[in-house]
Amino acid sequence: MRKYTPKDNVQAKSYYTDRYWVAPRVPRAAVEEGTHFADVVKTMAHFAKESYIEIGTLVIHIDAKENFEAIKTLKEQCGYTQCSEQSAVDYLAQDGEFELFYQFLNVNEAKRVRIVCRIKQGEAIESIVPLFNSANFAEREMFDMFGIKVNNHPFLKRIIMPDDWEGHPLLKTYPLHGDEFASWYEVDKIFGKEYRDIIGPENRDPARIDRYDTKRFSRVGYEVPFGADISEGEKEQPIEYSETLLVDYNKDSGKQLDHRK
Amino acid sequence: MAQHQVNYASAAGLPIALTTVDHLVNWGRSNSLWPLTYGLACCAIEMMASGASRYDFDRMGTIFRASPRQADVMILAGTLSKKHAEFARRLYDQMTEPKWVISMGSCANTGGMFNTYATVQGVDRIVPVDIYLPGCAPRPETLQYAMMMLQKKIRRESANMKKNTKQNLRLV
Repeated sequence: MRKYTPKDNVQAKSYYTDRYWVAPRVPRAAVEEGTHFADVVKTMAHFAKESYIEIGTLVIHIDAKENFEAIKTLKEQCGYTQCSEQSAVDYLAQDGEFELFYQFLNVNEAKRVRIVCRIKQGEAIESIVPLFNSANFAEREMFDMFGIKVNNHPFLKRIIMPDDWEGHPLLKTYPLHGDEFASWYEVDKIFGKEYRDIIGPENRDPARIDRYDTKRFSRVGYEVPFGADISEGEKEQPIEYSETLLVDYNKDSGKQLDHRK
Repeated sequence: MAQHQVNYASAAGLPIALTTVDHLVNWGRSNSLWPLTYGLACCAIEMMASGASRYDFDRMGTIFRASPRQADVMILAGTLSKKHAEFARRLYDQMTEPKWVISMGSCANTGGMFNTYATVQGVDRIVPVDIYLPGCAPRPETLQYAMMMLQKKIRRESANMKKNTKQNLRLV
């Protein structure tokens, strides 16, 4: 079980907090002799720091400095000709590192391999675009979301967020509702900073009801003029029911059943 | 207009109708609301359905135009991301006066369920909105109703748009 943490008002916080039970890791199996994966591990032995099988996928941990050479070997000697995904995981809070992963597919063997390496914040990784064109957008996305620079990438530019965006949204330290820059981005860009006061901050809780707001909320039975100041309370205005048009169903509660049938 | 119609019999049989310029101009404007063909997200699917044969916007004189220069109404149908906000505003700026805006669906109204860093929390932060249309996504009938409410609003307005700039004051 996880350690208990007080959960008062956790929804009001926009920063990442560990609210959830952390699932146990998937069991890791050793690579069996004589299988296709055993050959892959043998070929990659020079690079592999650790290798095991997770849900049918061979996971190989390598040194981040050797990623290009290792992946080149995997492609050319083991037949992993498809790079289906490449990204990173933010483990900065736990380990002070990013975990980068590359997913590969061998079409002939119908096997998948994941290459995992770790880099510190501020370090760059070598691009694998010369080997796999599909890594082009994936590496750009990783740069966009985590700020991890990729050396020798043909066109390293933000791919999802606008070019003039500040911050990297998939970092665990990035607030869900955005930082100061994000919350004023469209206002600053369209109208200029001087319009911040006119337009006002974002309302992040559209369901919020302001007790004293008489412009957007009416109070049945306590009607006041539009925009009136009611900080000292409002006068009761009893609802008047017409004899013919409206019937007050609250007044006469109708037939009462006093015993079970 | 009907209330100003003259009894032809008493007006020497002449086909005369008396009205005001406001009524006449607004009659024309409200019955030829041309929205911009501009979809942002899934609400745009409902908007397309409203335009197609089953719900048939054309019978109300509402014809989608492919250029902001020819459009009167901007239907912001869907989630407006912060990256896209400047382009939405640019399209609004390119529309000729008089122009109106319908904010269609929860996302356009308030950001909806996208309470995140990347979504504009209500399109009224960037363009002045005339009609807020709730729903996720609103059905085509709802969009038709919003269009009819907009027609009502236009018929109430003064034809002289200078008098109507109050709504734009905040953001112009």
